[in-house]
Amino acid sequence: MTATNPTLNPAGGASAPPAGVRPARRRTSSRAAERRRKWYEIIGLTTPAVIVYVMFVLVPMGFAVYYSLFRWRGVGPPTEFVGFDNYVLAFEDPIFLDALRNNAIIVVGSLLIQGPVALAVALLLNRRFRGRTLFRLLVFVPYVLAEVTVGIMWKLILTDGGTLDALMRSLGLGGMVQAWLADLDVVIWTLLFVLTWKYVGFAIILLLAGLSNVPHELTEAASIDGASWWQIQRHITLPLLGPTIRIWMFLSMIGSLQVFDVIWVTSVPAVRSLGASATMATYMVDNGFFARLWGYGNAVAVILFVISFVAALLFQRFFLRRDIEGAITTRRVK
Amino acid sequence: MAMKGRAGTVLALLTTSALLAAGCSGGGDEAPAEEELYKNPVTLTWWHNASQDGPGKTYWEKVAKDFSTLHPTVTVQIEAIETNQLQRTRLPAALLTTDPPDIFQAWGGGEMREQVEADYLKDITDQVKTEVGNIGSAAEIWAVEGKQYGLPYRMGIEGIWYNKDMFARAGIAAPPTTFEELNAAVAKLKAINVVPIALGAGDKWPAAHWWYNFALRACSVDTLKKASTEAVFDDPCFVKAGTDLKTFIDTTPFQPNFIATPGQNDPTSANGLLANGKAAMELMGDWNKGTLETVAADKAALAKFLGWFPVPAITNSAGDPKAALGGGDGFACAKNAPAECVEFLKYIVSPEVQKGYAETGTGLPVAKGAETGVADPALKSILEATSGATYVQLWLDTAFGSTVGNAMNDAIVAIFAGTGNPQQVVDAMKAAARK
Repeated sequence: MTATNPTLNPAGGASAPPAGVRPARRRTSSRAAERRRKWYEIIGLTTPAVIVYVMFVLVPMGFAVYYSLFRWRGVGPPTEFVGFDNYVLAFEDPIFLDALRNNAIIVVGSLLIQGPVALAVALLLNRRFRGRTLFRLLVFVPYVLAEVTVGIMWKLILTDGGTLDALMRSLGLGGMVQAWLADLDVVIWTLLFVLTWKYVGFAIILLLAGLSNVPHELTEAASIDGASWWQIQRHITLPLLGPTIRIWMFLSMIGSLQVFDVIWVTSVPAVRSLGASATMATYMVDNGFFARLWGYGNAVAVILFVISFVAALLFQRFFLRRDIEGAITTRRVK
Repeated sequence: MAMKGRAGTVLALLTTSALLAAGCSGGGDEAPAEEELYKNPVTLTWWHNASQDGPGKTYWEKVAKDFSTLHPTVTVQIEAIETNQLQRTRLPAALLTTDPPDIFQAWGGGEMREQVEADYLKDITDQVKTEVGNIGSAAEIWAVEGKQYGLPYRMGIEGIWYNKDMFARAGIAAPPTTFEELNAAVAKLKAINVVPIALGAGDKWPAAHWWYNFALRACSVDTLKKASTEAVFDDPCFVKAGTDLKTFIDTTPFQPNFIATPGQNDPTSANGLLANGKAAMELMGDWNKGTLETVAADKAALAKFLGWFPVPAITNSAGDPKAALGGGDGFACAKNAPAECVEFLKYIVSPEVQKGYAETGTGLPVAKGAETGVADPALKSILEATSGATYVQLWLDTAFGSTVGNAMNDAIVAIFAGTGNPQQVVDAMKAAARK
């Protein structure tokens, strides 16, 4: 404070005409003070967040990139520099490629299944009927449950001769019973179902919030003009819901790429290690910690980051541009 | 606090190995003279894996307190951490820093070899000669190139736990001693409609242990030793182990969909199948008694029908039929830990403390003179078989180290799943050794 005042004031006073010295100086100094205060505010409010972000996100990311260039088993400091060998190894490992494929299945499957289901349920729950609040609550419950709880619960339900098998047999569907978690061709679809069950509630709540932002006047006007319920949804609600849907798609996609906990708990290590239920994140932990390949594990982490980052950038570039204009990009349109 | 620890880790990670070696060699080499012991107050940090509330955890608390009473200058600070966390993340990270725990869990074998190479551990050879003599050959697992770096407090061989009632019902007169007899027993058990063998392949290692046993029967002791110390897996016996395993799996002795069955800890696990009378046998280590009890619906019934026999021999094989697979738990002292750490380690494996450990029923003791603490008949038969074994091979995944061990287990699981073959196990081990 004391250091900046003398340098600013003479400058302001020198350029101002003698008659208006006093008011001009006061105005300049108060404007400068205001600007300074604004900066102190910005610095004061963002510093803690920036420090945390740098310490726990940027610095570890830097280290991950650094460690990924070493053949390192976590004993002693990394010394054996191998360049990009770890990255080559990853893309040569059929299990990692399986994990990539599984992530792709989860990304696409989540969008294709959760999207329409969530939209249908949200439109339904947006109408007035008895017990609507209860239904809204029930739909959201799986999302609130902890991932590990969900994983253990479904593991018990889906186990050989478990609840689901018993239920299906009692309904005369015994012939359709599968080894839900043991069949290497079935398990990824089982897990996709569990993930859908867990996360569809989030999509529904998001869309319901979006729906409450659709102006009532518009739908009312349309219905006065003779539009049917379907026409109103198709031509008014859906287009106005666009930004919400796109944001949900974005969150779902990133979440699907990084999915770890539900898979880790529901699917056993053997099935993961065979590639049938591995995702990039579980593969990273299995190799980084359990096979103690720290350098390699870091390389997988970096690959996961780059894939997520590129996916996020592309999605923002092509789908989210209008929605976030001015928020994180410079506003171009006046 | 967390940031401070992290910064410490980062600093340690950045130090070159040369610096680390230089920095460490200062304090460790000059062992304090005998009279310096117990002169100054010291605090020993002790990381062990008895993290679940129970007799094991309580017993270590008592041991720490008793030691402090004996030697008032020593305070023992315990941190109990779940095994996987302790072994995979907490310990490796702590050992990279300048402030590791003083005394901590050590499983011996390949991991210990790597820790010695990184200069993490205190050479205790001269101080523990009496203890090693009393423990016998099991102590070798905690030694690297003839130097002792840790001591075991629990050690046992694995074998087949079985349901005596089911064996009687199926008309099996005596526990099988050869694989031919085992195959015959499997057929008889199938005839009375029970699952002959429960297998927790979902956790990988319970399945891999079958391969280890075939390898133990197919390979000579020298081959196995060379594989552990030099990571050489060229001997054809390793492929034969896989071939023998494949032949055995083809007789379908296991429950269906075993690839997703967990090993222990819940009623749907392989443990649960044996404990609740749904399967007749299970290949498992000496700790199985306790883990079966935690999942048994009727503990009294379990105690009545549970029996144990050694893994059967294979006729005309190169391996020693009296050799057995086993493993244990031990502790090691960090390179720069105070001299009192070694004294505490010696105290833990003293016959008196070992007897108390045996009485907790959480594992078999290693020190001679502690056997009287073992009451259970099944555990007694393991103790006899352990002392009768001509050679105890450490679990192969522990012996070969985490990296090779993990790759080996994954490839073995692939044989069980029908997607892999015997040669691929050896290939995977060789590839992992280079990783």
